[in-house]
Amino acid sequence: MRPLLAIIRKDLKLHVGNRRALILTLAVPIAIASFFGSLFGGQSGKTKSSGVPIQITDLDDSTITRKILTNILADASLKATLVPEAEARAAIKQGKTAVAVIFPKNFGADASSSFFSPGAKPELTVLHDPSRNIESSMVQGILMQHIMQAVSQNIFSGTGGRQLAQNALKRLDLGSGLSPADNGALRGLLTNVDQWLSRVAANTNLATTAGRGSGGGAGGGFSLPFKMKDEESEAPAESGIGRYNGYAHSFAGMGMQFVLMAAIDWGLGILLERQRGLWRRLRAAPLSRRTLLLGRASSSTLIALSTLAICWAFSMVVFHVQINGSWLGFFLINLGVSTFAASLGLFIAALGRTPEATRGLAIFVLLMLVMLGGAWIPSFIFPAWLQNVTIFIPTRWAMDGYDAMTWRGLGLSAALAPAAVLFAATALCGWFAHRCFRWEAD
Amino acid sequence: MSSPLLEIRQLRKTYGSLAAVDGVSFTVQRGECLGLLGPNGAGKTTTLSMLAGLLTPDSGQVLIDGRALAGDTDPLKRQLGLVPQELALYEDLTAAENLAFFGALYSLEKATLHQRMADALAIVGLADRARDKARTFSGGMKRRLNLAAALLHDPQLLLLDEPTVGVDPQSRNAIFDNIEALRARGKTILYTTHYMEEVERLCDRVVIVDHGKVIADDTIAALRARAGSGGNLLKITLAQAPAGAWLPALRQLAGIRSAELAGALLSLELDDLTASASPILHFLREHHETIVHLSSDRPNLESIFLTLTGRQLRDT
Ligand SMILES: Nc1ncnc2c1ncn2[C@@H]1O[C@H](COP(=O)(O)OP(=O)(O)OP(=O)(O)O)[C@@H](O)[C@H]1O
Ligand SMILES: [Mg+2]
Repeated sequence: MRPLLAIIRKDLKLHVGNRRALILTLAVPIAIASFFGSLFGGQSGKTKSSGVPIQITDLDDSTITRKILTNILADASLKATLVPEAEARAAIKQGKTAVAVIFPKNFGADASSSFFSPGAKPELTVLHDPSRNIESSMVQGILMQHIMQAVSQNIFSGTGGRQLAQNALKRLDLGSGLSPADNGALRGLLTNVDQWLSRVAANTNLATTAGRGSGGGAGGGFSLPFKMKDEESEAPAESGIGRYNGYAHSFAGMGMQFVLMAAIDWGLGILLERQRGLWRRLRAAPLSRRTLLLGRASSSTLIALSTLAICWAFSMVVFHVQINGSWLGFFLINLGVSTFAASLGLFIAALGRTPEATRGLAIFVLLMLVMLGGAWIPSFIFPAWLQNVTIFIPTRWAMDGYDAMTWRGLGLSAALAPAAVLFAATALCGWFAHRCFRWEAD
Repeated sequence: MSSPLLEIRQLRKTYGSLAAVDGVSFTVQRGECLGLLGPNGAGKTTTLSMLAGLLTPDSGQVLIDGRALAGDTDPLKRQLGLVPQELALYEDLTAAENLAFFGALYSLEKATLHQRMADALAIVGLADRARDKARTFSGGMKRRLNLAAALLHDPQLLLLDEPTVGVDPQSRNAIFDNIEALRARGKTILYTTHYMEEVERLCDRVVIVDHGKVIADDTIAALRARAGSGGNLLKITLAQAPAGAWLPALRQLAGIRSAELAGALLSLELDDLTASASPILHFLREHHETIVHLSSDRPNLESIFLTLTGRQLRDT
């Protein structure tokens, strides 16, 4: 026991004694995690998304387009500005805005009339930065909603709508190419619309009642047949539903990455000690090989745990990362990551002959573990086959476990499988190291 | 005579086709200092590694106190104190921390450990630098600390692998003094080196190895006798290169094995210095030569190695 403790104490002393490396191994993951965390959404609820930048040119300037613009400007998910056409095109080219929309002349009138009739539809020009396709699709969806609402409101309200219905009826008279039965049915619909709108115009009372009864039907034009309730931002913290916190994921990922990077150093450190004759001294003492490896692994585990603890403490104090799940589960995952890193260090030492020859391979293994584990980009972005393959990667389990215990707020049971996988991986690496370490080399 | 503290029999270790140690046998008696001498690559370190249980021999036996080591945790290992050829120290720990760590590997009690640390630091003369990091030590001081680190568990047999490699003459002398102090305390020492004069100064007996084989195993006196001399060397520097051709006449004097003249330097090999010195000086005065310097020496192990192998010792 005494030799084991001596090895651990010596390793910790060397670790703490190396001030510069110590600060680096703590400051760097915290800095990078803070950066990634702020990129990937930060703390929900705290920071409102600023909206997708969009520039709009209105060449029509009709009641309908003005109404559309008013709605767009009021929409929090867009950050719209009105500009001349040339300026909009330039802004897209220079990447200053994600999307630009140009309403052509007569957009309002043409859109309304083509509502009931076939024929030429007005063209809405949407320009977008090719590197920002996701934002472009999102903007198009939002635009559609606003345009439909304004155009349909125009159609189903007062004189404008009656005019359109009557025009359409006239075109039917001139011949539509429809079968007599279809022609009759459409004529009936349009006549009814005309009659309904004349009643609406004559009787505001009715409109109000109808508006109430049908959820904003006659007076308000079409609107989406459902309303989205944004649970993420509306759920109170106490509701038990986790609040997504980009920092929770980034600190998990970066903390793990740097602990695994330290594992490379531990592994190479062992090889370096062997090269410098220190292992001759260690092995000349009456100690079992298991004691030597266990001492190393224990000190590495403690160092990893304390590194993670400091990273997490920082994320909690500064970025309000919360452990919404089980604290015990959270501890188990951290312990699993730490023991895994420690035995990975031994594994690396067992793989290599010399520190120089081992470094490249070790870095490759680390990058694979970190990348496929989802520490950089969340694994749900991976294609399906890759998601399946990464089931075999312990770090993937670690990341899922961290997510479960932090913002997802799942219970202890959700931590058990990831922790078990991490401990199994620890045992496997340790076993390999014990078997394959080149004890007699120097 | 009691049983030897260390006995090795027909030890053999090969790396591929290279026999690094090829049937080495020797014994070390209690209290003795045995020199293990050989040029680079002779197999000295490999032999020590097998003695200390770090390396499994292909064949052969190592008996410590009459018993073979049984596994990594055999308490018999406590009898051995290995001083590796490398500076096996943690540079970022202080001298005291290094010693405390290596001592703890032998499960020493705290009080014992502190006592032994103080002793070891005193022996190597580093007591006043105990709290300084090894990194700040000179090469010679590191060598001494390297030696001290093997003393904490108070081993009977010290295995010293080139303990003076790469140090200045002053530090070398300090290390010799340390080793002599250890001998005075009754320690048995196996001293590995490729410096002849170190063996001559410290050891009673020497085992010479070359290419993994023992080529000589004897007391230093017996080796000298075996080298065929047993006599003395005499070097005389004259005031100027002699003009006269008296050299053949000098060679005719009794007791002179050989005489060579190189410029003003006259080198002679004599059967017996006491008998021949006076006639030689007399001869030179008769030939009107002036002596400016005169020195005598006994033949050293360099010449013995040359005799045994036909090769010069590489001194690197
Ligand atoms: N691990 C190894 N693998 C292959 N060859 C080795 C190994 N260790 C030693 N050798 C070879 O065995 C021979 C003996 O080496 P060893 O280190 O025992 O010599 P040495 O007498 O200690 O030399 P030196 O005075 O340079 O320390 C050398 O030729 C060396 O190259
Ligand atoms: Mg050697």
